Amino acid sequence: MAEKIKEIEKETSSISRDEFLSKLIKIGAGTLAATIVSNGMLGTASKLIAKSKNETPVKRKYHYGMVIDTRRCVGCRACVLACKAENKTPPGVSYTVVFEEILENRPNDKPVFMTKPCFHCEYPPCTDVCPVSATYKREQDGIVVVDYDRCIGCRYCMTACPYSARWFDFGENYPAIEQGTDWSNVPSPEYKQFRKREHEQSPIGNVRKCTFCLHLQDEEGKYNKAEGRWPACAKTCTGKAIHFGDFNDPNSEVSILLRERQYIRLKEELGTSPNVYYLI
Amino acid sequence: MNFIKELLSDKNKVSQNLKKIFWIIGSLLFLVGFYGWAVRLIDGHIKANYGSIVTWGLWVAAYIYFIGLSAGSFLVSSLVYVFNYKKFERIGKLAVFTALITLLMALLSIWADLGHMGRAWHVMIYPNFKSPMAWMIYLYLIYMLLLVFEIYYLLRYDFVIGANNETLKGKLYKILSFGSKDKSEESRLRDKKIVKVLATAGVPIAILFHGGVGALFGVVAARPHWHSGLFPILFLLSALVSGGALLTLISSIFQEGWTKNREIVIDLGKMVLGLLLLDILFQISEFLIVYRGGIPGHIAGWDLVIKGPYAWVFWGWQGFVGTLIPLFLLTLKRKSPQWVALAGLLIAAGIFGLRLNIVIPGLAVEEIHGLTSAIYSHRVDPHYFPSLSEWLLTFGIVGFGMLLFGLGEYFLPKEDESKTELLSESKV
Repeated sequence: MAEKIKEIEKETSSISRDEFLSKLIKIGAGTLAATIVSNGMLGTASKLIAKSKNETPVKRKYHYGMVIDTRRCVGCRACVLACKAENKTPPGVSYTVVFEEILENRPNDKPVFMTKPCFHCEYPPCTDVCPVSATYKREQDGIVVVDYDRCIGCRYCMTACPYSARWFDFGENYPAIEQGTDWSNVPSPEYKQFRKREHEQSPIGNVRKCTFCLHLQDEEGKYNKAEGRWPACAKTCTGKAIHFGDFNDPNSEVSILLRERQYIRLKEELGTSPNVYYLI
Repeated sequence: MNFIKELLSDKNKVSQNLKKIFWIIGSLLFLVGFYGWAVRLIDGHIKANYGSIVTWGLWVAAYIYFIGLSAGSFLVSSLVYVFNYKKFERIGKLAVFTALITLLMALLSIWADLGHMGRAWHVMIYPNFKSPMAWMIYLYLIYMLLLVFEIYYLLRYDFVIGANNETLKGKLYKILSFGSKDKSEESRLRDKKIVKVLATAGVPIAILFHGGVGALFGVVAARPHWHSGLFPILFLLSALVSGGALLTLISSIFQEGWTKNREIVIDLGKMVLGLLLLDILFQISEFLIVYRGGIPGHIAGWDLVIKGPYAWVFWGWQGFVGTLIPLFLLTLKRKSPQWVALAGLLIAAGIFGLRLNIVIPGLAVEEIHGLTSAIYSHRVDPHYFPSLSEWLLTFGIVGFGMLLFGLGEYFLPKEDESKTELLSESKV
């Protein structure tokens, strides 16, 4: 530990002027004094904190995320239905929703539509609060998942998610299942588990959420748009507003869009660093 | 009116009647609880009214309420066993016993709230030390063990002495003494020392777990209504207020009621008044900072509390019944134990409103504007009112706690009893 601190102190003392300034701006005025006395304990500590939260290098195979073009979204809600059909979610559980914001004085009165799946945050607040580690961020691709066999249904993760991206499965069935139609025999393929909506089989009493349709990944964890192995919402989007892909790949659709267009992310002040971007 | 006057004039009759009322209410609540439990066990959460927006409902509010009562009454008992405050000695055992019963009630409430009741043990085998909820569960376990041991050592001597009798109580005492037959004075002193050690260890644990429940809410940055550094402190304060208030009520009903516990009831009343004023100060401080700060997300929760559809919980239940009337009673009628006891009842009931006003408004604010109108489902609704089965299950837990407490009060040795028995023993 002492060595580590020395190392960091060394780093901070040999800092260039530009770096110093940019760090100041990054850390914010609150820790200004601490940074100025950067050889002292305070400086070291604040650097450590900053490091742990913002400077962890992302070392993983894939970095999946979405880029959603608010200019292209027409609010048809095809993504909501495609998601339901793909994941067989019960009433009251919708992995993606479309909400609309009516802006005043906007030409032709078109509201802004936004589709909202789970954002699979870089620093998801939901996983930290789970008392049994039933929900976690997958190391290989950053997708945040729920272990249905471990979750105790306390719903603490739902309170911690700032985007209401989590849903509790009350066990309310589709009418199709109650009436025993053919539809009721179709299992849900989530996590490649193929669970029927029957007791002990389906995740009743658990918290559920969008998985970026990870059951469509191949063994290596890759999706394939041409083969149709692509998140249902992105595949179906009529206005081609939902773009999905790997941010690690500089030539992917999503990476290119982020380079070329203006974007926002929701509630960035909470430090969650969501992996879903909205083009504006 | 005459009937009531008559009732109040004969003081022995009053305390007997109060006990009768206690047993009747307890049994009734316990019985109606069966409906709630049946619905919960058969239908799961379908008949509950919370959803994916208001994810926690009445059961969670009940849980933080009961756990507050437990922490509060334990901390009051520590006045006797840690800080040697002789005045409350008579109700020391009662306070520890109350702490145990309310802890059981809290754990029952939160257990019913779990989506998978059968998986509660997962916390033991898949721990996540980053989760405040996990910390709480470990602390409750330690605390429960500590309470059981403390009660055992508090009563061991009485059990050993009482085990001589051939009555039902005597047999029960024989079982509860766990084979201990040591009647010597040294053993009594040793018990006292052990109790002191346990009670002392319990103080930081009680502060940790209830401050921790405050932190459980406080750390959730996604809910500005909860995300305040004051929260752990507020939880502790209102725990002390509610625990003290409950003990005021209990000590005026049990152990011959306020006739014998007169001084204790009045003293407890004074203590509760002080704590209540401090609690109000903290609440007002939180309120003022939020409104003066003026951040819409922070204000939204408080707006719901003071002018939302359930504003009556704040103004009527928590404010008028639970705060204002007791304040008057505790200042103007502070010398008459029956009024102080009534104030205790009202405060204890009022704090339940406070707990509801923590859980529900924190969740009922849309996290993303327009979200609740994006999907048509009663599970996506910011308006929450507990369903019948939710209410009845909660009542059932209250009734269960009351019956357990009543049975314990009846069967467990009382302070006076052991002393008289001690006298008769020494005469022999």
